[in-house]
Order: sequence, then C-alpha cells, then structure tokens
Amino acid sequence: MTKLRVAIVDDHAMFRTGVRAEIDGPVDVVGQAEDVDSAVAMIVEASPDVVLLDVHMPGGGGLEVIRRLHLRHHDTKFLALSVSDAAEDVIGIIRAGARGYVTKNISGPELLDAIDRVAAGDAVFSPRLAGFVLDAFAGTIEVAQVDEDLDRLTEREREVMRLIARGYAYKEVAKELFISIKTVETHVSSVLRKLQLSSRHELTRWANDRRLI
Amino acid sequence: MTSYRRAYRPAEHRLVGGVATGLAEHLGVPVVYVRVAFVVATWFQGVGVLAYLLLWRLLPLRRPEMSPGLESATRRGLRGGAGGVRGSAVEIVQTVALGAVGIGVLLLIQSTGRGIDDGLFAPLLVAIVGVAVVWRQLDDVTWARWMRQTSGWAFASRVAAGGGLIAVAAVYFLTKEGGWGAAVDLASALVIALLGVGLILGPWIARLLGDLSDERRERVRSQERADVAAHLHDSVLQTLALLQKNAGDASAVATLARRQERELRDWLYGNDERPGDSLLAALRAAAAEVEDVHRVPVEVIAVGDVPLDTDMTALARAAREAMVNAAKHAGVDRIDVYAETDGRSAEVFVRDRGVGFDPATIADDRMGVRASIIARVERHGGSATIRSAPGDGTEVALRVPVRAPEGEPAAASSTTVTATEEVTP
Repeated sequence: MTKLRVAIVDDHAMFRTGVRAEIDGPVDVVGQAEDVDSAVAMIVEASPDVVLLDVHMPGGGGLEVIRRLHLRHHDTKFLALSVSDAAEDVIGIIRAGARGYVTKNISGPELLDAIDRVAAGDAVFSPRLAGFVLDAFAGTIEVAQVDEDLDRLTEREREVMRLIARGYAYKEVAKELFISIKTVETHVSSVLRKLQLSSRHELTRWANDRRLI
Repeated sequence: MTSYRRAYRPAEHRLVGGVATGLAEHLGVPVVYVRVAFVVATWFQGVGVLAYLLLWRLLPLRRPEMSPGLESATRRGLRGGAGGVRGSAVEIVQTVALGAVGIGVLLLIQSTGRGIDDGLFAPLLVAIVGVAVVWRQLDDVTWARWMRQTSGWAFASRVAAGGGLIAVAAVYFLTKEGGWGAAVDLASALVIALLGVGLILGPWIARLLGDLSDERRERVRSQERADVAAHLHDSVLQTLALLQKNAGDASAVATLARRQERELRDWLYGNDERPGDSLLAALRAAAAEVEDVHRVPVEVIAVGDVPLDTDMTALARAAREAMVNAAKHAGVDRIDVYAETDGRSAEVFVRDRGVGFDPATIADDRMGVRASIIARVERHGGSATIRSAPGDGTEVALRVPVRAPEGEPAAASSTTVTATEEVTP
C-alpha cells in the first residue's frame, strides 16, 4: 500500500513543524502552507490525499480554502485541526465540507488514525463534535424513520453519537452495540452527511445562537 | 530629522492648567519659582496671565504613562486611582497664597495708576476667568470622563457660565465706554468681527473638536488593548514563567498548560459561569478541580443543561467523586465526562481507559464508591451503574430525574435502557 500524501495548512510554523515531526514517516507530508492563497496553490499543485486544515488563518481561514477548492479538486479530503472549541467554527468547517474535526492537542497516533479514516472516505468525530451534533439535533423529539431524512438522526445514529461523546473509540462503539466497525463508520458518515446537507432551520439557528459564545 | 525636547503639560499633578508644572519640569527648576515668575510678570500690564493663557493653549497635554496592567486594574477599581493625583494640599495652599500676594500687589499698582487702564481692568479679569473655565473644559481628561457620566448638563452649564462671564465683561466694558446706545452699536460691530474671526479660526476649531473625538476613540481602543495586555500579563505570562521553572516535571507542565488553556478559553469566549449556576457549570468546576489536584486532563462534553437544585448538586458531587476515583486509581492520562439532559432526567458518564477493576469486589471496604456515588444518587431518586473490568477501563453512569419546575416530581424514566447498564453492583 502506498503511503498517504498529506499536506499541512496552518499559519503557525511551529505547529506545522510539530505535526510534521509526528506524522512524517507513516505518511508523506507533501506540502505546507500558511495562508489561504498559498494553501490553494499548494493543494492544486501537490494534490495530497488529505489536507490537515487549520480553521483560523489569515485571509478567510480553512473555510475559504475548502470553498475555493470545492469545484476544482474533488479528491482532496479535509480534516479540520483547530484549537477552537467554538461550535460555530466546528460546525462551520464541517458544513463547508471537512470530513472530520479534531483538536490540536490530539496525540500523534490518534492523528494518524484520523488521517487514515478520512482518506478512506470515513468521518472523524471527536467527542466534542459528537456532543455538538447531539445538541444541534436535540430539538427534534421524533426520531427519523427513514435514513434519507436529512433533518433527523436515527435512533442508531444517536446511540453511536452518544457513545462517541462519552469517549468511546469506534472499535469500542462497535463492541458496545454489537455491530461491526464498518457499520459504525457508516453511521458516522451518515451523520456527517446530515450535518453537511441538512437545511434544517433549527441547525442554522442552533449555530447562530452559539455564535455569541 | 532632529527631534527637539518638547515641553508638556502633565495631566497629573496640576492645579489649574498644568502650565507651571510643565514649564518647571522642562526647565528643571522648582515649580514655585515658575509660579512666582508668572505672578510677577502679571504686575506688568498683565503679561504673566497672557503668557499663562497662551502656553496653556500651546503646550500639549501629556497623558500619564502607566503599565497596562495597572491601568486596567485601576479602571476595574482593583487599585486606588493613581491617575487622580492633582497636587498636594500644601501645594494648593502655597499657590493660593502666592496668588493672593500677586493680586494684592496688582491692586496696589492699580491704585497708583501705573497699572492696566482702570476701565479695562475689571472686565479683563472677568473675561480671563471665563476663558480659563472654557479652556479647562476643553482639555481636561478627568473632567471629560466625569462629564460623560453626568450626561452633559455639567458641560452645558460650564460653557454657559464661561460664555456668560465673557458677555458680562463685554457689556461692562462697552457701557463704561459710552452708554447703552454705544454698547448696541459696538455689539453689532463685535458680532461682525466675531463672524470674521469665526471664518478664520473655524477650521482650526473644527479640527480641535475632531482631535478630541479621535482622542476619545483612541482612548477606548487603548483601554481594550490594555485589558488584553493585563489579562495576558496576569495569566499567560505567569503561566509561561511557571512552565519554565517546572520544565523538568512533565505532568506539572501539562497541568499548568491545561489550566491556562481553560482560563484563556473562558476569557476569550466570555464564559463567566459560576459553579452554582447549573449542572454543567458544576461539572466543569469539578473537572477543573480534579485536573489541578490530580494532574489528569478531564474533558467535559455536554448536551443540554439544567439549573442546579439539590438533586443536581448530588449528581454533580457523585460525578466529581467518580472523576477523583478515575484520576487516583485508573492511572490514565485522560478522563471523559459526558453529561446529557433531556428535561426529564440528567445523565452523567465518567469514563476512563485505565486499569479497571472487578465491580464485584467493591465490597463494603470501598466506601468511596458505595457511599459517595451510588448511595448519593439513589437518595435523590437516581441510579448509578458502574461498569468495569480489569484492564478494560471503567465507566460510571449516573442518572438522576430532573425535578419539574412546578414541584411535581418528574417520572423517573427507567424505561430507556442504554447499552451500558449491564452490571449494577
């Protein structure tokens, strides 16, 4: 199996160096950038498999990078990496198209695991993101009957999210619910899709309410 | 470009306009000499007063330089008003005495007929007082601040008083010259002259007012900057210093960094909740405490929140006990706490991936678990589930029904069975 090609986009040189030192080897760090313009240029040129993307950057932040690349590069997947725990940032970047969100104090092995997962097309949810999702979808009492309903979580998805919020790894969630890891991944991806595509009024309002935090 | 040493009027330590103090500082002589010089100069056709007024207008005001931390602390009332010093009592008495002697001598000179023309003297005196009042109004920072608090009436009355004094002086002067009729003629002439002066000085006055509002904006900005600087100084810099001292102790470094992160986040996101406010606030406070004491990061995730009542307090205390147990016995570098409330019941999960234990063995010797976790939530109509296996970590699940606001106890919903409730010791 060829090594994954990863790019790091962050305006802190020290942080880029640190992350690079942690993950270079198991994956190939093929590019670095420190602002929106150079990030777009670098990603177009190097076309990495996964981009580790900082949420806050000069020139519009990670959101702007995803937006500009959206039409040009379908293959690149984004994993948001930020110090911010603000719901607005987290939900914002996910809805822009990032496949996952992890905080910067994540350990090296966990980060590598997250990169693998994102590269494979799965979603990466930190406990906090799972908490946000549950909170955002909490307004709906009735549970989705059909999987296609973008505005609600199914009972199973809710259970998976709760376990992730409680600090369970995917493997542990699978064991807990007597399902396969693959099924857990499917549920999480489905939640991610709902989070990205739902036009639910409450979701927007929920994010807006938290803008002031 | 050569920069000259400029004379300033200090904003602090001044009695009237700060001119004498500023000049004394600039020339390096005691301030009392400068004051004597002004008084003596006044005896000669009022030169001293004119010079004083001119310098008052021309010398820029210098704001006191305080370290940002001090300034912010002063604003928040944490420190005495160091900026409010306006000269000691001795200095005031001295200056008043000096002024009295000066006026006495001046009157003496007047009575000999060698001084300022009698017809001009009294109106000039009144006009000067008026000018002084108005000018003082324009540049005094302390007064400006006070003015803003009293919504402008003080400003209006002071300007009116100053203007009135000038008008009285003018009328007095004019009537003295040639009766009421002449006064009217001269008044019209004066109005025309004033219009001319207004045309000449208008832009200058407008700029002065603009400068004032710029200055005010700048002050607001610099206060914000000062607050940020003060906060960074009190928290981040202190922590960085501590980190350098403890560089050898990894867990101390991690704890300090973590605590600083928490404080900074609270400050940045304006989170000023107190532990007594709600269940979530109480859990966060407990987590922070456990982090500090046991040096294990505790991550609190929450969905929903409820106000703290006796039931919820018991739940928070039990959760705290569970966190302490995990921190003490599990040997982990991270504890996850998840709280969820749906309005009917509140659940808290405390999970670690540590050594774990066999729940069957927590007999009566483990008072901590029995009394402070299980019994506590059960007394409040809740339930506690502890799930653990040696080597597989521990999860404490707590659930307490939320009391309905009307006082009617909410039905303890024991129907929802989560997958975790398997072992109930």
